[in-house]
Amino acid sequence: MLKFTAEHEWLKLEDGVATVGITSHAAEQLGDLVFVELPEVGAELTKDGNAATVESVKAASDVYCPLDGEVAEINQAIVDDPSIVNSDPQGAGWFFKLKLKNASDANALLDEAAYKDLIA
Amino acid sequence: MDDQTVLKKTPLHALHLSLGAKMVPFAGYEMPVQYPAGVLKEHLYTRTDAGLFDVSHMGQVVVKARSGTYADAARALESLVPVDILGLKEGRQRYGFFTDENGCILDDLMITNRGDHLFVVVNAACKDADVAHMKAHLSDCDVTLLEDRALLALQGPRAEAVLAEFWPDVVDMKFMDVCDASLHDAACIVSRSGYSGEDGFEISVPAENAEQIARALLEDLHCMPIGLGARDSLRLEAGLCLYGNDIDTTTSPIEASLEWAIQKARRPGGERAGGFPGARRILDELTNGTSRRRVGLKPEGKAPVRAHAKLFADSEGKTELGEVTSGTFGPSVEGPVAMGYVPAQYAEPGTQIFAEVRGKYLPMTVAKLPFITTTYKR
Repeated sequence: MLKFTAEHEWLKLEDGVATVGITSHAAEQLGDLVFVELPEVGAELTKDGNAATVESVKAASDVYCPLDGEVAEINQAIVDDPSIVNSDPQGAGWFFKLKLKNASDANALLDEAAYKDLIA
Repeated sequence: MDDQTVLKKTPLHALHLSLGAKMVPFAGYEMPVQYPAGVLKEHLYTRTDAGLFDVSHMGQVVVKARSGTYADAARALESLVPVDILGLKEGRQRYGFFTDENGCILDDLMITNRGDHLFVVVNAACKDADVAHMKAHLSDCDVTLLEDRALLALQGPRAEAVLAEFWPDVVDMKFMDVCDASLHDAACIVSRSGYSGEDGFEISVPAENAEQIARALLEDLHCMPIGLGARDSLRLEAGLCLYGNDIDTTTSPIEASLEWAIQKARRPGGERAGGFPGARRILDELTNGTSRRRVGLKPEGKAPVRAHAKLFADSEGKTELGEVTSGTFGPSVEGPVAMGYVPAQYAEPGTQIFAEVRGKYLPMTVAKLPFITTTYKR
């Protein structure tokens, strides 16, 4: 199941674990990323709290946590080469995997059609 | 700035839109921050080929003595600027700054000897104040802000070749030379200068010819349009100050490490020592130094350290030293670069200090400026 947030994140949900990244729209708006800072594995994150930081040449931006959960895995590849987020934001450019506190919380997020309406 | 403010447009506004620029408010103007290529590619392209920048928002000002002689205009402007303007040869340009009574910086500017008058270029955000300042103090001069001209900056190692297609004589110019040129039959003023750290030119053109000339330059396969985003990262890698960030009315020229711009004639013991606002402090600092200095800062990690990040002597944030005044990721350096103010005893290149970023204290090293090797044609 693929879900989205109004803060331009996507979540791919499988067995109570959400793979989280930023949308193509967000990546395009941010421009070429030069730095990514990810949370630590094991960190307990809360919905709408800071989860990661991305920086372009121009500015730093926060990436918010879309749901409550524990960081199960991070994508070191985008720390080593932030340009992956620009080239494949909704694939190889994923940020982290979140073991959700309540898997059903995801139901309240936007579906793809609703997100597309939002950015239209 | 509130929503009611009407942003001014430069003569190249329509061109920017047609090139797909992302426009932002800057110093009262709607300016291109980047084009579709993006800041990173625009920056790197300027260092390998040539970039064309619209800097028409900057103030182009003619200062002419009523006597009609250059010397009178030069002596008058020397009363506001601690630079040897009288000794500037015809067709030559120099960097300088207006100082205030506290010995701090009101604005920085470029000053050219145009034979019988001075041609100065000042920052967009300060231009109205600068013109008023000159009109108030240069009573024997006519001070005229040129409203009917655009200013293009063509920067990069291929800038000479791009401009030579239209005007072959450009190859005879050296860094900081200024001369008249006819481009597409328009009367232009070309200076071999810029603010990117690269060889290049600033070209003052009549407003009505600006788009035609810009389009013609952009037809060259080695020239692309560059926005304000890359202009900022280019000038920072080149160690050049941005007025309002790195220098302002709280910084003296010596604190800002700009003493190189004050020639011998205006220093203690010089023929025309002092005689500008704040001279007492500035001359004293030239002799005795200052308690703090602007320095280059190279963060050791990959995280950019931005303006206003606090600087510390230690990794626990106990002893505060100052703050970062400009900081970004330097695409040519392939890492973060910054400038800021530290106490003089920390200003030696190689000194390790720390910057507070998102609650962490990141190590950084005081570095020599510029961060890149400049390509000025001396």
